[in-house]
Amino acid sequence: MLSSSRAALVAAAAKLPRLVTRYGYCTTAAGERQQQKPLSPKITTHPTRNDRAKDPRWKDIDMTRAADEADVVIVGGGPAGLSAACRLAQLNAEKGTEMRIVVLEKASSVGAHIMSGACLDPKGLVELFPDWQERGAPLHTPVTGDKFYMLTEKRAIPLPLLPGMPMHNHGNYIVRLGNVVAWLGEQAESLGVEVYPGVAAAEVLYTEDGSAVKGVATNDVGIAKDGSPKDSFERGMEFHCKQLIIAEGTHGHLAKHLINRYDLRAGREPQTYGIGFKELWELSEDRWRPGYVEHGVGWPLDSGTYGGYFIYHLNEGSPLAAVGFVVGLDYSNPYLSPFHEFQQFKHHPHVAAALTGGKRIGYGARALNEGGVQSLPKLTFPGGCLVGCTAGMINVPKVKGTHNAMKSGSLAAEAVHEAIGSGEIEPATYEEALRNSWVYKELHSVRNIRPSFHLLNGRLGMFGGMAYTGAVWYFTRGREPWTFSHGGTDHEKLLPAKDCKPKDYPKPDNVLSFDLLSSVALTSTNHDHDQPPHLTLYDDSVPGQVNLSVYDGPEQRFCPAGVYEYVELDDGSKRLQINAQNCIHCKTCDIKDPTQNINWVTPQGGEGPAYNGILIMTTELQKSPQVDMKGFLLRYETFKGRSGWKKRWAVLCDFCLYLYKEQTSKECFYALLLPNSRVTQSHDSSGQYRSSI
Amino acid sequence: KYIHIINKADMAASKGLKILVGCKRVIDYAVKVRVKPDRSGVVTEGVKHSMNPFDEIAVEEAVRMKEKKLAGEAVAISVGPPQSQETLRTALAMGIDRAIHVEIPLAQLEKLQPIHVSKLLAKVCESEKPDLVILGKQAIDDDCNQTGQMLAALLDWPQATFASKIEPSQDSKQLRVTREVDGGLETIDVSVPAVVTSDLRLNEPRYATLPNIMKAKKKPLAKMSPDQLGVDLQPRQEVISVEDPPVRKAGAKVESVEDLVGKLREKGLVK
Repeated sequence: MLSSSRAALVAAAAKLPRLVTRYGYCTTAAGERQQQKPLSPKITTHPTRNDRAKDPRWKDIDMTRAADEADVVIVGGGPAGLSAACRLAQLNAEKGTEMRIVVLEKASSVGAHIMSGACLDPKGLVELFPDWQERGAPLHTPVTGDKFYMLTEKRAIPLPLLPGMPMHNHGNYIVRLGNVVAWLGEQAESLGVEVYPGVAAAEVLYTEDGSAVKGVATNDVGIAKDGSPKDSFERGMEFHCKQLIIAEGTHGHLAKHLINRYDLRAGREPQTYGIGFKELWELSEDRWRPGYVEHGVGWPLDSGTYGGYFIYHLNEGSPLAAVGFVVGLDYSNPYLSPFHEFQQFKHHPHVAAALTGGKRIGYGARALNEGGVQSLPKLTFPGGCLVGCTAGMINVPKVKGTHNAMKSGSLAAEAVHEAIGSGEIEPATYEEALRNSWVYKELHSVRNIRPSFHLLNGRLGMFGGMAYTGAVWYFTRGREPWTFSHGGTDHEKLLPAKDCKPKDYPKPDNVLSFDLLSSVALTSTNHDHDQPPHLTLYDDSVPGQVNLSVYDGPEQRFCPAGVYEYVELDDGSKRLQINAQNCIHCKTCDIKDPTQNINWVTPQGGEGPAYNGILIMTTELQKSPQVDMKGFLLRYETFKGRSGWKKRWAVLCDFCLYLYKEQTSKECFYALLLPNSRVTQSHDSSGQYRSSI
Repeated sequence: KYIHIINKADMAASKGLKILVGCKRVIDYAVKVRVKPDRSGVVTEGVKHSMNPFDEIAVEEAVRMKEKKLAGEAVAISVGPPQSQETLRTALAMGIDRAIHVEIPLAQLEKLQPIHVSKLLAKVCESEKPDLVILGKQAIDDDCNQTGQMLAALLDWPQATFASKIEPSQDSKQLRVTREVDGGLETIDVSVPAVVTSDLRLNEPRYATLPNIMKAKKKPLAKMSPDQLGVDLQPRQEVISVEDPPVRKAGAKVESVEDLVGKLREKGLVK
């Protein structure tokens, strides 16, 4: 039965010369390949799933990689990774040790993959750079007002925000996190760290006996969509390091691989996640309240679905506000679309009041971790450690994780520095340091709030969670002796489609709510179309057999970028089409796929979204010009018919020779590009050496 | 001064052409561009920038000519703000030997026009004396398609624009350039020195990989200013306003030919 429908699929695909959808994604290569290998509809052409050693197209390609050595390699240039880098550089300066520190960041520039618009607790930053204000860290908007609401379909009920409650934001800053990260990158570079944006770490390298991590390899470039080598093929390079710090953010792909390999989750709960959306709005001036922070829960999410919203009003000159929405990925209805819940939310009278008259100028989405201490894996492995959201340190009720990420980066740096000094393979002191720090105390105190949502089997839902927070947590502050469990992984919680009701979402009005495709366009995401899709499947037949037939293809709905599409073929059957170009690197598919068949790997470096909120890195450029040499030179000049040697002040800088009339002249009158010129020596009667340029 | 002479009759045997390649730093082609609220231009701050795609093709062509031993030296030049250095670093990572950055202060940047850029390039050509200047046919931010042509006129050099292929001519004394024109392809022979502008199908640029980026840090990058080159950047044009294109009105679907004819009649388009 299955093979006959497969044969029909193949026959249909072979007949199609070109299948172009509204995304403009071509499946010609796939169609042509069908004729050679008619047994399975090949979706995954990525080299991680197709061994190139056995592929005849790769027979004559040289697969050797260049290798370089560093002391510490940090994968990921976000708050955690850059804090670790800065702290390491600071330790080296303090203790007089020398280390080569390399940060690899897959975005084209530092901060471009950071979804901006955050409410930052400056604790982590202050410890790293006590003089952050003098250094110009872009924390411009202190929080001036703070409110919490419960939304019903028509009303917004304000709930009291008492000091000490996690949602209380006094002392915090509203920032564009991409700018803060870009600033951190500048600090790291000025401390001597090598930061390489546009480079994706694609593979972990192990020692000969496979026991310890010895480094990473960057991605290959120039592989065609069908997996064959292009003319521009170039192998990635290897970095061999003493310690590897993984700072990839929530559900990083190398972290996933390392966690599996070293069984870092043994004895701990699996990680649970949420998907966070964020839109940047230019409000109409009269509705803009700079410094105002609002959080809330409720409509349109039903009581069984965890989630909430935030609105942060920035104060950086223009009336910008960040509007965010989080949906817990432990939802059970496969017909739920987090994106559409978000769009519907903006129509609530209370929210619409703030946004009306404004204009949406940015959109982005990213998975965030919600597991807290229960889900923290073992943080170290032979040869490295995990920092920040990759391990999972978000304080869920506070909706803040950056301060924890930065602190964990600093602590990891200290442990790594010690390990390199003593020759230890595993930076074991890191985990203990974290347990003794305020990060752990904070996470421990709020550990029961998120799972309290599941109290009484989730029947009380959000009310249960809030009741617990107000009635129990406010008094015990986490000192209660019990620890609630999350009750399993997010992907296991998805119910079959037949057991659930389809959801009917209203059409976007293009004023407050928008459609998916125009939202994705706002992320400015892009990937080279002619490369194997980086959303790889372990088994190409599973989407049709399981995802679609049992769960009605939930990936069409939980992906915030429209990557997954079930297209109908001529014979009426449906085939999964992966529009990898749209991907915004949120990792939700890898998390929520009920069969865990999707494995996100990194595409070529420099690709993906380009979120604004990125400061232009100017430290290297604004440095005062480095003068290589200066002194007096005699120059043979002709002036008003008379020729002679004149003494001029010369400055050599940036391969250019600048001549000034006097040593004190402000402007040069002559500039000579040296690389273009040749020096010849002549010897005159007076015994002086002269050079002609 | 060392004077560079090329023996035109012996091009193949000489140490190769010297190529000057122009690169412009523009907003990345995949970015969703936004008009500034005051309608004076588009938002550029914090927005992802990269090398103009046609310039990437020009850089790739210069590097390929070097690899084929047609060229001896390739120099990249960029006229722009301090951040243009990053663009030049990318060019160096692709295989260019050295780079020149003509730095334009931010105040004058928005008013910079192809006429100014071509004058600056002409001045640099006077001292650099390249045999071949390859520019991208147009920049994707202003779509002017003027700089290459103006430069050729200022230098009084022959020009071959919209090149889709560059190779030595049959007698090896000139360059044979295939151009993409409205009617198809036109092949012409140009004598050097000449200006060529690259079109899309000239080549597919290589990736700037990390080992090459690291090597490029050591390659020379010289800085100049328009004053040093003696070029006046007085704007010749004034931008009155920049606006979003009109919002596309929704279409209507019809079920049959009769419906279509009826709708056309309604609109008065058909009698």
